Amino acid sequence: MTISKQDVEHIALSARLKLTEEEIKLYTKQLDSILECVDLLEQIDTTDVRPTAHGVELFNVLREDEVEPSLPQEKALINAPETEHGFFKVPRII
Amino acid sequence: MQLYTLTVHQLSELMAQKKISSVELINAYLERSSKIEHKIQAFITHTKEEALAQARIVDAKRMQGEELSPLAGIPVAINDNICTAGLKTTCASNILNSYIPPADATVVTRLKNAGSILIGKTNMDEFGMGSSTEYSAFTPTKNPYALEAVPGGSSGGSAAAVAAGEAAFALGSDTAGDIRQPAAFCGVLGLKPTYGYVPRTGLISYASSLDQIGPLARDITDLALILNAILGHDPKDSTSATVDVPDFKAGLVNDVKGLRIGLPKEYMEAGVEGKVAAKIQEAVKQLEDMGAICVEVSLPHTEYAVAAHYIISCAEASSNLARYDGVRYGLRVEAEDVLSMFMQTRSQGFGDEVKRRVLLGTHVLSSASYDEYYTQALKVRTLNKQDFDQVWTQVDCLLTPASLTTAFKIGEKAQDALAMYLSNFCTIPVNLAGLPALTLPFGLADGMPVGLQLIARHFDEQTLLRVGYSLEQNTDQTSLKPDLDRE
Repeated sequence: MTISKQDVEHIALSARLKLTEEEIKLYTKQLDSILECVDLLEQIDTTDVRPTAHGVELFNVLREDEVEPSLPQEKALINAPETEHGFFKVPRII
Repeated sequence: MQLYTLTVHQLSELMAQKKISSVELINAYLERSSKIEHKIQAFITHTKEEALAQARIVDAKRMQGEELSPLAGIPVAINDNICTAGLKTTCASNILNSYIPPADATVVTRLKNAGSILIGKTNMDEFGMGSSTEYSAFTPTKNPYALEAVPGGSSGGSAAAVAAGEAAFALGSDTAGDIRQPAAFCGVLGLKPTYGYVPRTGLISYASSLDQIGPLARDITDLALILNAILGHDPKDSTSATVDVPDFKAGLVNDVKGLRIGLPKEYMEAGVEGKVAAKIQEAVKQLEDMGAICVEVSLPHTEYAVAAHYIISCAEASSNLARYDGVRYGLRVEAEDVLSMFMQTRSQGFGDEVKRRVLLGTHVLSSASYDEYYTQALKVRTLNKQDFDQVWTQVDCLLTPASLTTAFKIGEKAQDALAMYLSNFCTIPVNLAGLPALTLPFGLADGMPVGLQLIARHFDEQTLLRVGYSLEQNTDQTSLKPDLDRE
């Protein structure tokens, strides 16, 4: 096994997913078989190979810092589950 | 003559000659949908009234003699992960099932400016994660050639809609072959442009370094017309290319004489079905008869592409999907404290495959696994790209199967995430390298469409269209129609 039940519980918390006991068991088994398959990559010697983040070369895009029209506040809030005084509202944090 | 079987350029001609109006055309499509949509289930949302209203506007402009785009008045289906202002855009997910985008995606704006009529939003695998549309949170779409088979995915609704005559063309998105594999399964054409050639502004992100919007259509001329409308720089997308866009329609030539076409041996040795291999050989013979020079080439890291892609796409997905937390949009499951609210919202909102990929992505990005999995996958991505750079010194484009098999049965792979992912073996290396690729039908095998895939250099869509157009003009294998009325 390359991944344990405890690993999956830990990852699920990091990923903010609440899993049932049954899901944890299932995902442990499934992730293990996926990781076993991708372990194929270990065979390749990549000592002198640089990582590639994009298939096409990209460059930083900069522009003058000028104010331009953007999404108005009321439009930005139309899909919010709960709002108050023009803000997103969430349950109590502290 | 059935209007719903014609190509965009044929319909455009009929409208220009005032033989039909856009309202008549939209009505013909709506009538077609009313007869077959219950069998195919290609759409999540239909836009009847709004489509007819837009068609009346286009007709009025035409009556006034206004010069119109060839796409004006033509019904288009848009994948449900591409934002449409004021119209529900769900990504086929419960977490976004009532999401109304405040703005159009750039591609939607461009099509609307061309006068295309949005006829509906099409079904897909949730967030684009899947290869059959079985991972849609709502319903699986059926293959118009055999209702017990999948249409492919993730843009399966778009492919099925074009094949079944429910839209004249469609826009899908392609992260691992999500336009090309369903196009091949449903007997239509699908094109994934070079990464960055089509702006992603308004495409709901899955794996940002791999995602690309592209068209599904019924012939090469239609693809050229759509590329003319949607390609080009958008300042709102920082990964959008600043490369000039040629007139693809004007550049169509029926000539492959002297063109060098590579046949990567790794694709044919990967367990391709015999009946698919036979059709590929037939296509090679056809191209050689037309004067192309077909040579075997090698892309030695092909067998590692799926594993590298799996890691990279899940890593990017785990980061992109962190935004669904019940705060700004989408589903919220109420809870006592904010952490429980996040966790319950995401657990109830995401489907099984999405959770699996988010978990895998979180794992490979964790500090203990980062170098072993993520960095190694990015290095293999470099090797994959170098393979292609190497073959471009020998050939002008590549020919491969679009898929190792024809469309598989509904339920055949749905419980096996790995087998599902492997069904994109032929299409995945292209996304890693950011290359343009086209799939087009090449006849049937046991009644199901077989697809060819053509791959070219970055920003060389013209070569793809040239080979496709030449095949189309010289054989009758690229134009397929399902018989949906027999059942």
